[in-house]
Amino acid sequence: MRVQMTVNGEERVCDAKGSESLLFALREHLRLTGSKGACEQGECGSCSVLLDGELVCSCLVMAVDAHRSEVVTVEGMGGAELHPVQKALIDAGAVQCGFCTPGFVVAAAALLDENPAPSSDEMREALAGNICRCTGYGAILRGLETLVGDR
Amino acid sequence: MTTRVRTGEVRGGVGESTSRSDGIPKTDGTYTYSSDLHMDRMLFGATLRSPHPKARITKLDIGPAVAMTGVHAVLAGDDVPGRNAFGLETADQPILATDLVEYWGQAVALVAADDPEIARRAVEAIGIEYEVLEPLTDPEDADARDSVFHRARCRRGRQDVSGAVVVEGYYEVGMQDQAPLGTESGLAIPDGQGGVDLHIATQWTHVDRDQIVAGLGVEEDAVRVHHAGVGGAFGAREDVSLQIHLCLLALYTGRPVKMEYSRAESFVGHVHRHPARLWMRHEADHDGTLRRIEARIIIDGGAFRSTSDSVVGNAVYHAAGPYRCDSVSVDGVAVRTNNPPCGAMRGFGAVQACFGHEAQMDKLADALGMDRVELRIKNALRRGDPMATSGQVIDTSAPVIEILEKLRDMPLPPANRSDDPRLLPGGTGLTTSRPMVRRGVGYAVGLKNLCFSAGFDDYSEARVAITPFGVEVHTAAVEVGQGLGMACAQIARTVLGIEDVVVYYDDTSQIGSAGSTSASRQTQMTGGAVMEAARMAREIALQRGGGDELDGEGVWKDGILVTPMEDLVGRENIEYHTRFHHPETYAPDENGQGDLHVDFAFAAHRAVVDVDRELGLFRVVQVDTVQDVGFMINPRSVVGQIEGGTMQGIGLATLEEIVVEEGVIMNPTFTDYLLPTFLDAPPIEIEVIEEPSSFGPFGAKGVGEPPTVSSTAAVVAAIRDATGLELNRTPVRPEHVALASR
Repeated sequence: MRVQMTVNGEERVCDAKGSESLLFALREHLRLTGSKGACEQGECGSCSVLLDGELVCSCLVMAVDAHRSEVVTVEGMGGAELHPVQKALIDAGAVQCGFCTPGFVVAAAALLDENPAPSSDEMREALAGNICRCTGYGAILRGLETLVGDR
Repeated sequence: MTTRVRTGEVRGGVGESTSRSDGIPKTDGTYTYSSDLHMDRMLFGATLRSPHPKARITKLDIGPAVAMTGVHAVLAGDDVPGRNAFGLETADQPILATDLVEYWGQAVALVAADDPEIARRAVEAIGIEYEVLEPLTDPEDADARDSVFHRARCRRGRQDVSGAVVVEGYYEVGMQDQAPLGTESGLAIPDGQGGVDLHIATQWTHVDRDQIVAGLGVEEDAVRVHHAGVGGAFGAREDVSLQIHLCLLALYTGRPVKMEYSRAESFVGHVHRHPARLWMRHEADHDGTLRRIEARIIIDGGAFRSTSDSVVGNAVYHAAGPYRCDSVSVDGVAVRTNNPPCGAMRGFGAVQACFGHEAQMDKLADALGMDRVELRIKNALRRGDPMATSGQVIDTSAPVIEILEKLRDMPLPPANRSDDPRLLPGGTGLTTSRPMVRRGVGYAVGLKNLCFSAGFDDYSEARVAITPFGVEVHTAAVEVGQGLGMACAQIARTVLGIEDVVVYYDDTSQIGSAGSTSASRQTQMTGGAVMEAARMAREIALQRGGGDELDGEGVWKDGILVTPMEDLVGRENIEYHTRFHHPETYAPDENGQGDLHVDFAFAAHRAVVDVDRELGLFRVVQVDTVQDVGFMINPRSVVGQIEGGTMQGIGLATLEEIVVEEGVIMNPTFTDYLLPTFLDAPPIEIEVIEEPSSFGPFGAKGVGEPPTVSSTAAVVAAIRDATGLELNRTPVRPEHVALASR
């Protein structure tokens, strides 16, 4: 089926089979491989994208259900410069293997859009759907805390 | 002639927390992991796997799969042109099973098709029938039947020594998964001349190459293994998974072939941490002096050998922990069963041993009426002491006493006076009330051998080139996320005095082996190789330039720039290629005695855990650690390794276990195999001790594994402390606490 989406501000069209996930369509049809597949069950958050402004696991959304939707992936987070979340994670040493990082970038940016000054506990709760196997989460938290440090 | 003052220390050298060069692409989504690789006309591979832990294949009909539109290859064991076997230490596992299948999920046949869905359906279309056989799944049963990969033993000192106070214990460690977030994946591209280029997430490209060429039956230079972006490893990528399969399909079809395991397939696609059973007996004088340590250890290697021999060896040599004792007897066995194969995971045998010896030390302290930390300090290994098991004299930094004292002196977290459910066991499930919660504190200390041991020819190659465009560092070492690339660049900068350094990850045809990214070895081994090559390149530069100092501007003599860089390397680069070996180690004698290890690192953890005894719920409040790191080449990366490694140990204590019933994995998903999330992650306070190693660049020690060794034991000790229960098994499950007899 022909799926038409606005992805990172651009009109994109792909031919998706009924069984294919939005993640598969993004990665394989549109070659936007920033969103990662790691569990295929919505447990790890590596595939996090914004679908019509809402944070979703793109592995749990059927591609055909994203027809005529607006999708923002990690590739669309920054502009000419890095998104502040991206910069904060790099500066804090929160990137090791980096496989979870795109999902954290999208999820943390979504959190900060909704609540510009979350407490550390609110951050931990909001990001509990994103699994990181390398860092133990400490550096991720320290990085994100720098973004609300001035409040 | 220019006369300028040298600018002094180079930026981005050792000791600085530099940022990783792949940081931006990893945060903006442009970094290419092995699963992101793509080529026009590429095919997708899939694998038929055994649904039985043990069976005989009675019929294999690939016809229906071959006949499907879009299917380009269906290969079985008979199609393997070379040796149909692979294995990290011994080639004992068929690339594709031909007769017997010996574990659930063993690979039987391969498909390459136009898209992943067709490949999956073609796998289902293969006609296969089995005669189901009785699997051997109990490790003690396997031991009794002598179904064994390897037995290791240690006898040291007089064997008739006894102490006034005796404690005994039996302990179990569950099967942990490395669970790297990136599953196994890669892309094989045929070169049109009978060879193939494999782009793969791995830990050791050269040993992959050696196993691939044997399976393909081709010359070594026909296969080039390229290091593609790695989504975590932790031991899971040390063994071959889909490497040979990909190359077989690519050569057969003449087209690029990509494979990517699902999470469920990944659980059977790589080896796991060995589950272990340990029996231990400790005897001490009334003053706490250890007199006698006895241990028996069984680890379950599963169906194929992988690194089981080395893991059980490591468990045996680490069985006494970082303590002095002159009468020791340890017997270890790695058994062969029809359970999932086990091999390398961060900690490699030392994790299992530590869970046992640290529980014993607590028991002994309680029996003696002694403080638990004080008992450890009293018996702590020091530099110059013989190791209790092997008798090897420790001639590296061994600050065990300092580690324990420092850890004990770190502030404890304040008592929880809040009813916020997020701070209580069970979290927002609102099941616990604060008055039901008891707090426990547990300590554990461990050690880990660094680099390869027991006479293994352990080396790493590196090439350093000074060019007009900056310095190039070439290595085949695999950056798995730990920050090796940064460390190599920092070492080269400091040695050469030149800031502009780029690290290139060469394929197997361009440079010799760097050895595995495992055993906490790359900082010392590849870092050591880079240091040696950079030093020699500097010597050549000083000679060629006629001076006594080098930096990014050129060669200086007595503070004057005598040969600017463009003259120094304008016509010819300065290059030095080296193969770096660590000091020699030796195989043990028949009593397990000898200088087996080149270096050790030590760490201790203190865990604070809140427990609701009635409901069996616990919450890890805080974990603090002190680690012997030698010297921190990149302090922020060291902290990252310690936090991440500690967290994996907390996972093994509280959540993580591959549940195997009659040889079948019951929880091969992230829904059922629970990994620590942000909400399970406690604050981790870290202190390090920088006392230089006996070898390694600038005295640095490997830091990846020690944090995983003692964290599990500390967390379980804290739960014991809160509950008074024996809890001899990890991970601790709620029912172990709630249903335990009082």
